[in-house]
Amino acid sequence: MKFSRRNLIKSFAALGSVGFSTRVLAQDKPNPNNLPPNLPEWTPDLGAGVDENPYGSPSEFESNVIRRNVPWLTASPQSSVNFTPLQDLEGIVTPNGLCFERHHGGVAEINPTDYRLMINGLVDREMIFSLDDLKRFPQVNKFYFLECAANGGMEWKGAQLNGCQYTFGMVHNVQYTGVKLSDLVRETGLKPKAKWVLAEGSDTSGMTRSIPIEKILDDCLIAWAMNGEALRPEQGYPARLVVPGWEGNMWVKWIRRLEFGDKPYMTREETSKYTDLLTDGKARMFTWVMEAKSVVTSPSPEKPILHKGIQQLRGLAWSGKGKIKRVDVSLDGGKNWRTAQLHAPIMSKSLVRFTLPFEWSGEELLIQSRAIDETGYVQPYIQELQKIRGKNSIYHNNSIATWLVTKSGRVDNVRLG
Amino acid sequence: MYVWVKIVSALMLTSLILTFSSEASDRAFNLGSIATSQQVKGWDIDVRPDGVGAPIGSGTAFDGEEVFAEQCASCHGDFGEGVDRWPELVGGDGTLNTHDPLKTTGSYWPYASTIFDYIYRAMPFGASQSLSYDETYQIVAYLLYMNDIIDDDFVLSDQNIGLIKMPNQDGFLLPDPRPDVSNINGNPCMENCNVPVKIIGKAKDIDVTPED
Repeated sequence: MKFSRRNLIKSFAALGSVGFSTRVLAQDKPNPNNLPPNLPEWTPDLGAGVDENPYGSPSEFESNVIRRNVPWLTASPQSSVNFTPLQDLEGIVTPNGLCFERHHGGVAEINPTDYRLMINGLVDREMIFSLDDLKRFPQVNKFYFLECAANGGMEWKGAQLNGCQYTFGMVHNVQYTGVKLSDLVRETGLKPKAKWVLAEGSDTSGMTRSIPIEKILDDCLIAWAMNGEALRPEQGYPARLVVPGWEGNMWVKWIRRLEFGDKPYMTREETSKYTDLLTDGKARMFTWVMEAKSVVTSPSPEKPILHKGIQQLRGLAWSGKGKIKRVDVSLDGGKNWRTAQLHAPIMSKSLVRFTLPFEWSGEELLIQSRAIDETGYVQPYIQELQKIRGKNSIYHNNSIATWLVTKSGRVDNVRLG
Repeated sequence: MYVWVKIVSALMLTSLILTFSSEASDRAFNLGSIATSQQVKGWDIDVRPDGVGAPIGSGTAFDGEEVFAEQCASCHGDFGEGVDRWPELVGGDGTLNTHDPLKTTGSYWPYASTIFDYIYRAMPFGASQSLSYDETYQIVAYLLYMNDIIDDDFVLSDQNIGLIKMPNQDGFLLPDPRPDVSNINGNPCMENCNVPVKIIGKAKDIDVTPED
């Protein structure tokens, strides 16, 4: 394949003042002294020794791969959200330092020695567990996606944010290590009237959500590790609730208490916030599950097409109801579809990677992806959701996005209608 | 007398042993420790819609005005109108079914208990659980008063917070009706599909995307 630096610069000039251009240009033009047949500058000298960086970090050339936020969205960075750079990631594992953050009162700093989990209410024995206690229970290791119910929330009324990161990045996928709540309650016992659980965080927001006991006993965990290491502070160190397939707000971080009761608690989050307003002024409540969704991560607004010829389209799909069965991709705005390749492992309530090779000869494309899960649910268009829910729901927008690829290779988030 | 004491002690001992052995057999792993009522009381701060959990205390909107001005107004404004991007707490009646709904404690929140629970556990922002119970009742009363739900001399307390009827209490729908889109049973159109492909909006034209 021919690679022309001049053409590359020309294509970026065509991108105009788009924020992402500098990010890609940071790759800079090659230094001919490092290219064959010359001896690259890093070869003759000794490099850094072991322990120079005892906890490793990515190459300095990857410094653009970071979480980003949209400052105008929120009043303060302590009660705010940022986004996972999905467009820069491969496979299905989100590196711990790139998992999007959503805090309601900043990151609690907890010495694990002082950590306690209280279980009270309609149990036979009200109990307190230390972190060491939790780690002595039988453990499980499971991959799950965590998606904020507001992921894509800014796109209800139209294409608003021009990036894969900003429109889909309130999701991450890690392997959790923890104890099943069904094992924890074998220790406390349960009263027959226990139907609901209030999960409560120990951060300054005292985050609280009510969860039905069927879900708690089905697959919920108290996790203390992600991707093989302790939870990151911003993900709830030293312990968080894992509620597989359900909206991220319920995965209470820095969890300090589980109260069993006979009714829901109607906390601020589940009444005034994570409820879905319809056009008639009524709002849906307790809409917990995250329905099937997918996104093309490359090409995407941050990942323009740089060369004609063969392309490897990449994307991610997930469903809160189980496994992804199939992902279709369209290059013409949804008129015609091809089925993408799904890459193992394909796990329930976990991100799945898909790819699809295609040839590009410089024509305009309208790229879409559509996930189908094992229940037969097909990812909808935004118009289908709007018809039933209106445009003020904020939460649970799992609709198909459209990336316009222009003749220069630039990619834009657009709305079709 | 002595005999009675002996019998009672024997009974108590037996019941202690029974209690202990039944606990040991119920507990699968013998991990953790029993929480004392004092420990539970310190952390169990939630208040339910029926008033269960409401701590003993009371307050009026009349008293709440001053507390609100001191503790809340710097972000929410003197009358709950909101400062900068901090939330408005008052108003919004009749807006929920419009294009620009305003969700406030008055127009949207279904239970007064939730306002108390949230303010006590999380407010003022950055100084959570610093208000007294009475101050919290006063602030809640002030918000309810400003939203025309109670009078300024109404004494809100643990005894009646579960009885307050909020305007939007019946505004919520259960259970979750999803999937709510047409069911195409896993076999969507693959070729020559009849879909609109006209571009009607571009994010770059809206121009609100942060630049690096």
